[in-house]
Amino acid sequence: MPIRLNNVTHTYSEGSAFQATAIRGVNLTIEDGEFIAVIGHTGSGKSTLVQHLNGLLKPTDGQILIDGEDLNGEKTDRRRIRQKVGLVFQYPEYQLFEETVAKDIAFGPKNLGLSDEEIDQRVRRAMAHVHLDYDKYAERSPFELSGGQMRRVAIAGVLAMEPKVLILDEPTAGLDPKGRDRILSMVRDLHAQGGVTVIMVSHSMDDVARLATRLIVMSKGEVVATGTPREIFRQVEMMEKIHLGVPEAAKLCAVLREKGIDLPDDLYTPDQLREALLAKWKEVSPC
Amino acid sequence: MLKNITMGQYYPVDSFVHRLDPRIKIVLTIAFIVAVFMVHSLVGYAIVLGFVYLTSRMANIPFRMLTKGLKPLRFILVLTFLLNLFFSTEGTTLIRLGFIHITHQGLSQAVHYSLRLMFLVVGTSLLTLTTSPIMLSDGIEMLLSPLKRFHFPAHELGMMMSIALRFIPTLLEETDKIQKAQMARGADFESGNLLQRAKAMVPLLVPLFVSAFRRAGDLAMAMEARCYHGGEHRTRLRVLKITQKDFIACAAMAGLILLIVVEGIIL
Repeated sequence: MPIRLNNVTHTYSEGSAFQATAIRGVNLTIEDGEFIAVIGHTGSGKSTLVQHLNGLLKPTDGQILIDGEDLNGEKTDRRRIRQKVGLVFQYPEYQLFEETVAKDIAFGPKNLGLSDEEIDQRVRRAMAHVHLDYDKYAERSPFELSGGQMRRVAIAGVLAMEPKVLILDEPTAGLDPKGRDRILSMVRDLHAQGGVTVIMVSHSMDDVARLATRLIVMSKGEVVATGTPREIFRQVEMMEKIHLGVPEAAKLCAVLREKGIDLPDDLYTPDQLREALLAKWKEVSPC
Repeated sequence: MLKNITMGQYYPVDSFVHRLDPRIKIVLTIAFIVAVFMVHSLVGYAIVLGFVYLTSRMANIPFRMLTKGLKPLRFILVLTFLLNLFFSTEGTTLIRLGFIHITHQGLSQAVHYSLRLMFLVVGTSLLTLTTSPIMLSDGIEMLLSPLKRFHFPAHELGMMMSIALRFIPTLLEETDKIQKAQMARGADFESGNLLQRAKAMVPLLVPLFVSAFRRAGDLAMAMEARCYHGGEHRTRLRVLKITQKDFIACAAMAGLILLIVVEGIIL
């Protein structure tokens, strides 16, 4: 289910004093099975961009094709597409409303008009995906859980729709390192084992370096670069210019190269850097 | 969906009218309303319309911004017009068709009431469009402060107003966000009968209430942390001062009232 964006522009409050163009002339193709990270400074249009992908926002100009079908065409059933393209908003825990965790997760499948057994199955599967024990949490109120647990319930609420494409807008914002790792490993499993196309908006270059197969770099509403992490993170200068920077490992690698240590210029994760440095070390000290 | 609310919205540009003292603007708005009620002829309404138009030009506000504010009121306006047209039976008869009975007085009352209502809304929108909510509540607080003598909580009232106004855009934004999040989970807010629609609001209202209470708690804590303890001995960041501009504005309003009075006597 490839997603194509043709020259998509979105202007908020067009024709008033509050007018602001959030994204401008975006062209993209997202293929099945990719793990895409959308990165950019605050206000670069990341959130606006992802809200177009399931028809929550309509482009003021341009076109979005999902599986070749115009998302904003007159005959398009946008609710059907929202089931296929799941979107987890920033701080999704603030959208919880039901009395119990299970009921909240069931909200999406219920809107799809599924049978009670199917809904129950999906709730169980979704809770397993986010590592919440069904027997322990299903009947608890979502409002008495911890922040990290609430967020996992909210993500399960989207997973229960069983989307083919999963969009996450800063899923780790405001979480402690442990909660962050838990969410990221969960997303990685969904991509690797569940075959879900993942589009993740993120601030953290280090997270992105570890997970994504392709990066989309945004600045001031425009896509300024796309490519594999390897291709993007070697452009240290460009990344600093748009106030993004590169992963810590890539930064350290650049400093070492400046000092005259002969390292490749495309290392961006701690593992890669460690391997390269160990190899170097063996060269110079043969003992 | 929530984009088209003009009433009570601030239009952030700089202009002569924007820079007037909020106290003066509030008083002048009241004077304007009184002036509208003094009008008894169509020529008078034309004068008022001219005044409103000039003011909106001086305030750098597109005139259609004001007329857009009337849109949500169209049913009330039509209802006012029809009620007055059909149900005042005094005066000379103009048309009599079966049970429909329109009199001269009924017609003129209908025109008067609906025009007054329109100018009332337009006049107050001019105030809110050109005055930021903070300035507005500052102005109201200052205008009410003489009543403190009689233990009237002017400061607390002003503070509550500022906070309430301050959180309207925040809550609107939050509503928009929650609505979108639930739509992403297949919620449908736009179709179905009245009962279904009311039910569909639950996933929107519960998170909104939870978040409003959370925000209220956070705000109270933040205010206490900065030693807020009410109105006694508080100084202000923005001290309101009457300037020459305010006198010019007062003179303009006096001119309008004078014109209306003179017009009432001549015609």
